[in-house]
Amino acid sequence: MDPKKFITLYRTPNPGATVSHSKAAELFIQDEPRTDWHDETLWFVREKRDRAVQQVAEWEQLRELASQIKDHTLSNLHAYLTQFEQQAQANGIKVHWAADALEHNNIILQLIKEHQVQRVVKSKSMLTEECHLNDFLIEQGVEVVDTDLGERIVQLRQEAPSHIVLPAIHLKKQDVSETFHQHLGTEKGNNDPQYLTEAARLHLRDKFIQSQLAITGVNFAIAETGGFVVCTNEGNADMGAHAADIHIACMGIEKIIPKAEHLGVFLRLLARSATGQPITTYSSHFQRPREGQEMHIVIVDNGRTKQLGRPDFRNSLKCIRCAACFNTCPVYRRSGGHSYHTAIAGPIGSILSPNLDMKANADLPFASTLCGSCSNVCPVKIDIHVQLWKWRQVLTAEGYVPTGKKVAMKGMAFVLAHPAIYRLAGKMGRWVMRVMPFVTNNKTFNPWYKQRDMPAAPKQSFRDWYLKNKQ
Amino acid sequence: MSSRGKIMTAIKANQPALLQLPDVQMERQLPEPSAILPQFVKTLESIGGKAVVINDVAGIRDTLEQSRNGQQYIVNTLPYLGTVNTEVISGMHAGSLEPVFTAYIEATLGVAENGSVWLYEHQLKNRLLPFICQHLVICLHAHTIVPTMHEAYEKIDIAREGYGVFLAGPSKTADIEQSLVIGAHGARSLLVYLITG
Repeated sequence: MDPKKFITLYRTPNPGATVSHSKAAELFIQDEPRTDWHDETLWFVREKRDRAVQQVAEWEQLRELASQIKDHTLSNLHAYLTQFEQQAQANGIKVHWAADALEHNNIILQLIKEHQVQRVVKSKSMLTEECHLNDFLIEQGVEVVDTDLGERIVQLRQEAPSHIVLPAIHLKKQDVSETFHQHLGTEKGNNDPQYLTEAARLHLRDKFIQSQLAITGVNFAIAETGGFVVCTNEGNADMGAHAADIHIACMGIEKIIPKAEHLGVFLRLLARSATGQPITTYSSHFQRPREGQEMHIVIVDNGRTKQLGRPDFRNSLKCIRCAACFNTCPVYRRSGGHSYHTAIAGPIGSILSPNLDMKANADLPFASTLCGSCSNVCPVKIDIHVQLWKWRQVLTAEGYVPTGKKVAMKGMAFVLAHPAIYRLAGKMGRWVMRVMPFVTNNKTFNPWYKQRDMPAAPKQSFRDWYLKNKQ
Repeated sequence: MSSRGKIMTAIKANQPALLQLPDVQMERQLPEPSAILPQFVKTLESIGGKAVVINDVAGIRDTLEQSRNGQQYIVNTLPYLGTVNTEVISGMHAGSLEPVFTAYIEATLGVAENGSVWLYEHQLKNRLLPFICQHLVICLHAHTIVPTMHEAYEKIDIAREGYGVFLAGPSKTADIEQSLVIGAHGARSLLVYLITG
């Protein structure tokens, strides 16, 4: 495909997303019971994570180790990538390099054409989402079947995943039932998750057995051995990779870890952080293709080297894609993954995406309360909330912040810097809320009021109270 | 310049000064040896697996023989459990393995903290077998269970064979409204025999 056409069609992030996070979130929260359900469901996952973490006495040591291993790896990345490539090739794996999303997609398309493949299955890979591989291949006449249950559900609905670990978390079982009724012929109105999962199992078994080529992601690539690890609960990556004649594994340059012993650290952290499980059901270690099989690895940059060169933001490349920061985030839980209009939503997506396209993603670092919960749960200690705050400054300096926001921020800074004006403004605010509540309890003048109730205005400020009551 | 060259040049230009690689050895309290087996059993059951502690493999052999009298396709990979299904080999097509109802496979070691077992490729006979079978039975010598993943990686060599897997419980998903369903794409059940004899 012509690069220019690809950029306009599939520019990362999605060019169709002209709607900002706050506008998209406004639509999402219109259905209040559903918003509450979304919020509670993700908080439930966060609580499961907490319980799993509390079982491990050395949890904080593990986080520190993981963080340091990743920091070290990023500081010696060229050497580890070189070592990984040599080892992988010695293992009989073919290694490809892609500077950007289009090259990544073209490498895969080329392999599909060379082998005259008709049927492709793919397990979860956020990198292929980032590169819009599915859309690209469909345009070229190749059908790709996503095999993770959540991804298959959203694929049938022609939606994007809304969460990197739980792709269909924005849907209710009634939605899934309706989708499966339409596409897989399940009984109308049967919403039983067991029944629906069984239908998907049968549907996808067929696809696995017939597939000629399987695409998977990579959770960890080990420089020392030239092998890689893929983690799933469903077993879909293995079903695909072991049944097909060709296995293509796609990875970003930051997936490298130096040694096999480091897997012990990361596998202890990953599933506990993600879903509260002690480990994923399958942690598969691919070392060599099986007899008669072809195995390929595509190593992708797509903006990562640029992020590596930004000292304030480089450690976002330590991310192991557990989504703990999603589940804990008060903004993500109440705005849904699609509001972020990027392949990777949530707090981590909001610090990764501006690197790819500042203009299109200038809204995302503002989709946060800066409460810091994301940084506290991050298993590799990325300072996510600090980076959100720093991105805001970069984006404002680069001129990507709307004038209204800029003026409001300047006004606020002025008020906060002048105590007398601040006190006067507070007094006026309290008076208005008491005497003319219709001014603040008004969705047109006061955006804050849209999905919230205003608090009762106190008679006096804390400062007044303090001055009166101090000895 | 090739993409590889471009990427490597950019990495060299942008990566920070070399930071030290930490030692993965850390001070921590390991469970009493007698607590390891109960912890494995408890954890495995919490993730949907079933554990049976057994002194003598004869008990497993009898169960296997009985299940063979039914109509189902049972695959045994272990000589000590009777006749071995030698037809299951690496090159076997997925379509021929799809009818496998139960597979009996031996694991190298178990991990108490997460209820997983390590399987080398040679133990599987075919990489697909533990995934495509409807039910999976694992035989594990109880003395091979280690406390955590750190000890597991000290004992195994992931580069020794073409493939290996830590397998923990039956295949599962919670992708529909976070409702846990056992039996997504892989085995619908996992039974681990812990052989103490």
